[in-house]
Amino acid sequence: MSEVIKLRKGLNIKLKGSAEKVLETLPVPATVALKPTDFPGLTPKLSVKADNEVKAGDALFYDKYHPEVVFTSPVGGKVVSINRGERRKILEIVIETNENAGSVEFKKTDPNSLSGDEIKEQLLKSGLWPFIKRRPYGIVASPDDKPLAIFISTFDTAPLAPDYNFVLDGQMDTFQTGINALKKLTDGNVYLGVNENSAFTSVKNVGINQFSGPHPAGNVGIQIHHTKPINKGEVVWTVNVQDVLFIGRLFESGKVDFSRIIAFAGSEVEKPKYYKTILGAPVESAIKGKLKKADYKQRIISGNVLTGTRVKQQTFLGFYDSMVTVIPEGDDYEFLGWATPGANKFSASKTFLTSLFPKKEYEMNANMHGGDRAFVLSGQYEKFVPMDILPVYLLKAILVNDIDKMEQLGIYEVIEEDFALCEYACTSKIKVQDILRTGINTMIKELG
Amino acid sequence: MKFIKDFFEKTEPLVQKGAKYHWLHSVHDGFFTFLYVPKSTSKTGTHIHDHIDLKRTMTVVVLSLVPAILMGMYNTGYQHFRAIGELASTGFIEVFIYGLLKVLPVIIVSYVVGLGLEFVFAQLRGHEINEGFLVSGILIPLVMPIETPLWMVAIATAFAVILGKEVFGGTGMNIWNPALVARAFLFFAYPAQMSGDSVWVALGNADKVVDSFSGATPMAQAAAATSVNDINFSVADAFLGLIPGSIGETSTLAILLGAVILIVTGIGSWRIMISTVAGGVFMGVLLNIFAVNAYMEMPFWEHLIIGGFAFGAVFMATDPVSAAQTQKGKWIYGFLIGVLAILIRVINPAFPEGMMLAILLMNTFAPLIDHYVVGAHVKRRMKRAKVSAN
Repeated sequence: MSEVIKLRKGLNIKLKGSAEKVLETLPVPATVALKPTDFPGLTPKLSVKADNEVKAGDALFYDKYHPEVVFTSPVGGKVVSINRGERRKILEIVIETNENAGSVEFKKTDPNSLSGDEIKEQLLKSGLWPFIKRRPYGIVASPDDKPLAIFISTFDTAPLAPDYNFVLDGQMDTFQTGINALKKLTDGNVYLGVNENSAFTSVKNVGINQFSGPHPAGNVGIQIHHTKPINKGEVVWTVNVQDVLFIGRLFESGKVDFSRIIAFAGSEVEKPKYYKTILGAPVESAIKGKLKKADYKQRIISGNVLTGTRVKQQTFLGFYDSMVTVIPEGDDYEFLGWATPGANKFSASKTFLTSLFPKKEYEMNANMHGGDRAFVLSGQYEKFVPMDILPVYLLKAILVNDIDKMEQLGIYEVIEEDFALCEYACTSKIKVQDILRTGINTMIKELG
Repeated sequence: MKFIKDFFEKTEPLVQKGAKYHWLHSVHDGFFTFLYVPKSTSKTGTHIHDHIDLKRTMTVVVLSLVPAILMGMYNTGYQHFRAIGELASTGFIEVFIYGLLKVLPVIIVSYVVGLGLEFVFAQLRGHEINEGFLVSGILIPLVMPIETPLWMVAIATAFAVILGKEVFGGTGMNIWNPALVARAFLFFAYPAQMSGDSVWVALGNADKVVDSFSGATPMAQAAAATSVNDINFSVADAFLGLIPGSIGETSTLAILLGAVILIVTGIGSWRIMISTVAGGVFMGVLLNIFAVNAYMEMPFWEHLIIGGFAFGAVFMATDPVSAAQTQKGKWIYGFLIGVLAILIRVINPAFPEGMMLAILLMNTFAPLIDHYVVGAHVKRRMKRAKVSAN
């Protein structure tokens, strides 16, 4: 194994309520849904209508510009509703589960005996293709891409994130099968980013890079930057750890199996732990009766507190999310809040008493803790981006819509999650992730 | 405290757009958010946000200025009683209170004029009231000589807020440090009142000054000296701040305390502070080596404790808005401030203090420095692209 890549910049946010390493299996939920809104930039076209019967692995919708990229049902059953939002935008395709509906049969073969094209075809048909994302831009990979390499981060440093060593316990063989399939899709290498004491160092057929350091060391974008940085015109792919399992299971069993282990964490959760459920399960099925009783509002997030999506109880887990976090909403005024010594206020700055207790965990809510301002301080963002990139200059280039500058300053190498800490720590409360996505969308539109 | 919140919440609809008291909107919002951190929660992006905001940041800066303010007050009294020859017979408290009463009006004028204008501009432009002036409002009095007439302070503050800041779009957009704009305005608009030996010491109603007393600052002394032996200010006094000078700039000790607060909290850039001092030392040593007159012969390190050098390095050069923004840029920016400040001080007889002009000049060039630093960064990135293409 190569040497350890040490990252110094970044921050571990000490949030209260990490999940205990106990796994509980949830019953199959009554309904499951896919949300086309989980895929930035996608124009979905429906393949089903309400009341259609579907098997697990049947296509529900596809990408208008790449019809071969289909999104399939995680369960068998009946399409009960297609929920739309403004301008008839498709928000959710809801399926009522029926355990007797069965699954679509795909090839059940060792991926080592298949060619790259055969694997690609199987992944496309089974709806597993969308789990492969591409950089630049962090969107679903195009089947026409020729990726230089595939990157998988096997640890997540985000606040309260699941521990994949625990999640993959006993599933390493399936993971290896998934890796073998992915290896056929690139002429380059499959790279695993691992941390200290990782169970993934035993995986074969891959290049392994060990990283150490605070968040965002676990972000795949940071790992790519320190392994094979992306230049203009180059494409690499990324896959989440648990999604490699989906691929492995498909080739081992010939069926889609979208069951996924999520960490259910946060200071508002009574007993934070891990649950085995299925992709697209309703949030309610996972959290009902498990939150602390409160006379204040709580915020439920599909994903982590930095990059997740705010959801209601009735909505469904995100396509790529491996955790649900619940924190207090914090929609209350605080008298002279900016002037208190701050013995319980965690901060990346050293202007609160909490900076004297670096080990302690804190409860944090969704309050903005201040009003919107122009960029005033400098050097603040740089502390949280362990890359050879000047975040403020890149963001300013986006704000003035200067495509050349964006390209020169490294927009191909980053997606929202890589700058999320800047947004967290920003004194001026600038919406860094929104700005970055605007820039990425501009690049997709102008350069494709 | 609930009744205050109730009052603000109840009156909120009255100041909305189209309502009767909309012209009070910024004032309402300004006071409300000052007393209560708003209840707004995150709508997009990260769900949690750091507790720090601009109010907190600015409060820390003001806090770091407190030692300099207190020393400035004491020194004002000290110089007064020394001038009239009653220092030995006056108690510590009395000395301090005399200074307090002299300094407080200057601070009040600066804040009233500056914040008043901030409120007006916030209302006209429809943005929230910015906290930037909390710091500028105290920096302005601290760089004034004590005998500056209050009307001059008022005009200078107005000039700094309007032409130094608001014309560029408010806090975060200005090119020059607003407090130095105020100082420079007075320096060039009222040179007669702003220089000489009488402006630095508050004489009050006393018309007699003891014979041995001179109100000259160490820098004026050094500039007038014909031999290095004529420069005979006490180093201990200069370090503690018991020398004539602008209100807040005299005590190097108090400024160092402020620097410690700024560096520990991470609010002030230690890169700029260190590089400014390094630049000053470099130029001072250079002048020592090629010394042809008394001022050039003055030991280089004495430059650091007289005049506004320390104050400028810690509180003015580090203003994040007008300073260079890149890490490398900060080193260059600070170093050049130090070099220029000492150069102007010693070589140019027209300006006894070089710090103000050096900082304003480098404020002007900060974007240029950053431009080249970013350019070098891009070049390096592009080079990487070529290497990997082969």
